[in-house]
Amino acid sequence: MIQIENLSKSFTLHNQGSAVIPVMAGASLIVRPGECVGLTGQSGAGKSTLMRMVYGNYLAAAGRLVVGDLDLVTAAPREIIALRRHTLGYVSQFLRVVPRVPTLDVVAEPLLALGRPPAEARRHAEGLLARLNIPERLWALSPTTFSGGEQQRVNIARGFAHAYPALLLDEPTASLDAVNREVVLTLIEEAKARGAAILGIFHDEAARARICDRLVDVTGFTPRLAA
Amino acid sequence: MTMMPRTITTDEPLLAVSGLTKRYGARIGCADVSFDLYPGEVLGIVGESGSGKSTLLSCLSGHLRPDFGRITYDARDVLAMGETERRRLGRTDWAYVHQNPRDGLRMGVSAGGNVGERLMAIGARHYGDIRDKAADWLGRVEIAADRIDDRPTAFSGGMQQRLQIARNLVTSPRLVFMDEPTGGLDVSVQARLLDLLRGLVRDLGLSVIIVTHDLAVVRLLAHRLMVMKGGRVVEQGLTDQVLDDPQHAYTQLLVSSVLQV
Amino acid sequence: MTDQAYNFAYLDEQTKRMIRRAILKGIAVPGYQVPFASREMPMPYGWGTGGVQVTSACLVPEDRLKVIDQGADDTTNAVSIRKFFQRTAGVAVTEATAEATVIQTRHRIPETPLHEGQILVYQVPIPEPLRFLEPRETETRKMHELEEYGLMHVKLYEDIARHGTIATSYAYPVKVEGRYVMDPSPIPKFDNPKLGQNPAIQLFGAGREQRIYALPPFTEVVSLDFDDHPFEPSKAPHDCDLCGARDSYLDEVITDDRGGRMFVCSDTDFCAGRQADGHRGRLSAVEAVQ
Repeated sequence: MIQIENLSKSFTLHNQGSAVIPVMAGASLIVRPGECVGLTGQSGAGKSTLMRMVYGNYLAAAGRLVVGDLDLVTAAPREIIALRRHTLGYVSQFLRVVPRVPTLDVVAEPLLALGRPPAEARRHAEGLLARLNIPERLWALSPTTFSGGEQQRVNIARGFAHAYPALLLDEPTASLDAVNREVVLTLIEEAKARGAAILGIFHDEAARARICDRLVDVTGFTPRLAA
Repeated sequence: MTMMPRTITTDEPLLAVSGLTKRYGARIGCADVSFDLYPGEVLGIVGESGSGKSTLLSCLSGHLRPDFGRITYDARDVLAMGETERRRLGRTDWAYVHQNPRDGLRMGVSAGGNVGERLMAIGARHYGDIRDKAADWLGRVEIAADRIDDRPTAFSGGMQQRLQIARNLVTSPRLVFMDEPTGGLDVSVQARLLDLLRGLVRDLGLSVIIVTHDLAVVRLLAHRLMVMKGGRVVEQGLTDQVLDDPQHAYTQLLVSSVLQV
Repeated sequence: MTDQAYNFAYLDEQTKRMIRRAILKGIAVPGYQVPFASREMPMPYGWGTGGVQVTSACLVPEDRLKVIDQGADDTTNAVSIRKFFQRTAGVAVTEATAEATVIQTRHRIPETPLHEGQILVYQVPIPEPLRFLEPRETETRKMHELEEYGLMHVKLYEDIARHGTIATSYAYPVKVEGRYVMDPSPIPKFDNPKLGQNPAIQLFGAGREQRIYALPPFTEVVSLDFDDHPFEPSKAPHDCDLCGARDSYLDEVITDDRGGRMFVCSDTDFCAGRQADGHRGRLSAVEAVQ
């Protein structure tokens, strides 16, 4: 489902003496349907960079990066937009939404974007919010005013609203209490069970042990300084 | 792979632009601009004042005649069209939302009349139907039904802008040009408008070209982004990719110059 | 009688030719506003300089001229213009609609049906029907060119929204031969039905704005309206107090400061003719006593 071969990436800072900073080289990994792969490595090793590249948020320099049957290295923007809409979900650490939009609509949006009837999309969103223990009185409010943990759960609900065949999870259990952590882990397990391919970053070692089938240390993809 | 999206590579662009160039004497307005816009897509055009983004929008929307290039809309050559046909397109299939609502509204005409004008322009002759449709659109842009007979002069800036949007969308256009639509509005009013625009784009399947210098606006609204400098497109791509991983020196400068909140 | 210091009907022949060309063009394109080089006339703008120039260009020595202002032959404006042409052209004049060959009018169409061979000349203050909605002349010309007339209905929409009905009661816009939207000059909308299929030639002259337009005989003229708010010619719901006419356009005359009023035909020739034929109205006796 997610196939990465010999992927490399560098940043060119045009406004700082055109410094070229290589950040990744020779990255390769594979995530099959129903499988969860965890990225490990020290902070700054390139876990988030790799995740962002898989989502199409960062451009890859060379190599192959295939999600479904789309190679993101060569894909047109609109192909990536369609991929994100239908195939590839992403739960980032931070919630980025239009201010003022009610939480319920934030969560329902991925379904509305797919053309689902609004009533059905909202019902589904309600189910997820209830499961993630977001009090009903908050549903009509914008999540921009919520606490960190609440925002994180709204973000997760949004990421799980549509049954994406591929999912990227960036620290989904950070800043969650035990009860909600359990809910999120169950959601991930359910996604795996329905065949979703999951690539994630989990600092929570117990969670990592519970849901990851394999771990990939991105330190191996860090370019040598000499290179 | 079972759940691939509908093949989207085979369908035709709604608007295809190639080699578009406009000069003001020796000065470049915009040069060699090419892009395709597909149904349901929102394209953001950013750049500082004088970057050519407004010239480009004027050329695209038919307000300015480019010196070179081709514009194809729905398989029709826009620049070869007669003025009658182009203006008809301008009040049916196309819409133009001005930065200043005063440029896009008739300030001496009631809100209902403003919304109804495009309907009457394409031949609607039943007062009751026109009024019902106007009322429906006022509702969609969150203007209370009892304001239908008030003139826009009695509206706040945000309401005027929403009225302008209703007036433009009432004929169900497929392509909407927007010139800094959130420009003169308070931040809180901006957010409300952005939310409204997002919903309309999604529900009506609109294709939108939006010119702005506000990167936050395009991040929330645009699927794709074009960065202009000196009349040329220096970078284009997926909006979040261009903003988070800018490749061109100018884009990097633009992105890094935005104040973080 | 004719003032020999001036050319026939005041204007020089070159000017009349120029105006006739504009008139012919106007007749060829019904409802289209033809620009012309309006001359200074020995009267102020607003007193009918456009109509006078058109009349001047149309008159021949054999003509019999009638001039009315708001339907009346005896008001200052009508009397002045009539005298002007008596003096400069020496043409015969009349108050009888049926006998006139050329009728210059301000704000009315005579009640007596016109016939073939007659010319009705309107004085027009503002020829552009789109003016109050779109002030740019360049834009209104473009709108005429491209038949973009939605704005006219916006005006009617505003009327209904504000008053519950189309409140425009004079200068009511019409569409000519399915093409040009035209301002019929400030005639009451009661007169609008007489514009269409009229056997006479109708010419419109706007002196200040330098425009001439025309309706050739038997032209289709449709008053704009909505399906659910159809055009209705309206008049005061009374009969003429002098001649008893039930279907003529009426002026309301205040007769005292205690609310007394009377309604009389605005067309003086029509009213007088009826009275001569023995028709009587509510206040005819009073008139007789005076």
